[in-house]
Amino acid sequence: MTELATQPSAATSPAVDAERVRRDFPALHQQVHGKPLVYLDSAATALKPQAVIDAVTKVYAEDCANIHRAVHMLSQRATIAYEAARGKVQAFLNAPQKKEVVFVRGCTEGVNLVAQAWARPRLGAGDRILITGLEHHSNIVPWQILCQQTGAELSVVPITDAGEVRLEDVEAKLDERVKLVACSHVSNSLGTVLPVREITERAHAVGAKVLLDGAQAAPHVPVDVQAIGCDFYVFSGHKVYGPTGVGALWGRAELLNEAEPYQGGGDMIRSVTFEKTTYASTPTKFEAGTPNIAGAIGLGAAIDYLEALGRENVARREQELLAYGTEALKTVKGLRLVGTAPEKIGVLSFVMDDAHPHDIGTIVDAEGVAIRTGHHCTQPVMERFGIPATARASLGVYNTEADLDALVKALVKVQEMFS
Amino acid sequence: MSELRELYQEYVLDHGKNPRNFRFPDGATHEADGYNPLCGDKITVKIEVEGDVIRDVGFQGQGCAISTASASTMTEAVKGKTLAEAKQYFDTFLAMVKGEAEPDLLDEELETLSVFAGVAEFPMRVKCATLAWHTLTAALEGQDEVSTE
Repeated sequence: MTELATQPSAATSPAVDAERVRRDFPALHQQVHGKPLVYLDSAATALKPQAVIDAVTKVYAEDCANIHRAVHMLSQRATIAYEAARGKVQAFLNAPQKKEVVFVRGCTEGVNLVAQAWARPRLGAGDRILITGLEHHSNIVPWQILCQQTGAELSVVPITDAGEVRLEDVEAKLDERVKLVACSHVSNSLGTVLPVREITERAHAVGAKVLLDGAQAAPHVPVDVQAIGCDFYVFSGHKVYGPTGVGALWGRAELLNEAEPYQGGGDMIRSVTFEKTTYASTPTKFEAGTPNIAGAIGLGAAIDYLEALGRENVARREQELLAYGTEALKTVKGLRLVGTAPEKIGVLSFVMDDAHPHDIGTIVDAEGVAIRTGHHCTQPVMERFGIPATARASLGVYNTEADLDALVKALVKVQEMFS
Repeated sequence: MSELRELYQEYVLDHGKNPRNFRFPDGATHEADGYNPLCGDKITVKIEVEGDVIRDVGFQGQGCAISTASASTMTEAVKGKTLAEAKQYFDTFLAMVKGEAEPDLLDEELETLSVFAGVAEFPMRVKCATLAWHTLTAALEGQDEVSTE
């Protein structure tokens, strides 16, 4: 994981000016229950900078037209902006080719697309899909559906008490029966960074392809699909400070080319007759119907915003915050962190003696502090740790040490109420 | 904070920490599992019905303070009552926590239930407060499980 800046830097991070960044996010500047909002739920969805809001507004106010379909000026502008956004995603992932980037609704659709369009025609009885014990439901259920359809089997790499995926445990599950390894780049409920390059090497050694769920990695660290060596990578726009309802799938051109279409409809065809239809080439083959044009363009603006801040700077800054928050939470009596891998990103999941996560969530909300509570769409992780749920504070580029202090102060109130 | 105090009254905190009837009746005739898929809370309610009277009722499971205290209070409220009375309590309770009705102070048991009136100010917590009641209703109607989706 040398490409990830996961260790706190001794130096300060002059490149990320927290006060300036905070001014860019209008949603931060409001009161909740009479208290200034402290937003610590970016792993669920990140707030949006004004630049993204403006980009989406501009589409509807000025460039409102369908893409790829008309010769008039508005359609031309919309098409150019939409395709420019595809280029931004390509650069964001360091993908070799722009045509390898498919716009989807989000990570979930990206995983389902690979499952149905690429894997389904290729898998059968005796084949295996390998996932890990810390996957989000969106990287479990599509594979279970695929297994029901094809007779393939789902195999799961266990996780350690710290919430890590060990390479030896991956190797133990890898053999020539495994056709695809689908795993998180970063765990959404624990924050663990997985050794994805090493996992990819091991998977390729037995002939398996690798899909990475980058929902929780893309917002926080530079992602280089060529350096990792994976075959598919998916991420969601709304977690990288972009709009909801848009995300991207990157796949190697040869794999996308050999995949079946995902949905039939307009735009994804080359020619249609009642006897025979031929399909467009990738990525158009996978983008049937009018896509989320404003969403894709807004995602492009979000990528511009992150790149302008500098993704290394963002990663370094968030590591400082994570280290600060980890120490701060340790001062709360009766609090236990869940997910203590040495390689972590931006997530502080915890439980408290005597207080259920839902009660924690309601009480800190009354202090203006927004955190997520529940199973985080990772019920197998909760089962692994023998808990029904956790409270989760997650970080974004706009968070500050003061936000974490506010969280700790609110948690002390929880502790007082339930002790 | 006043709304929060209204929600987490001493009574609720007490029943959340020390739930009453947190066991199953020996002669249970009806039972159901209740499940809140949004938060992962699970509860099992078992009831001993004789004729049309709830002779005994108990529950087990894991949940937040609101759901545990509500289950505890429910068991105390409906024990010894007829099925029709239990149904009426549930209807009143549901309307109250949804903010659709003022607690109707018909008798002592319903007065106890009124400590959950504060839930109405927290729409996200209504399912916590009603999980046990939905489970009780499912058990009495012969369903094995219920989910508050």
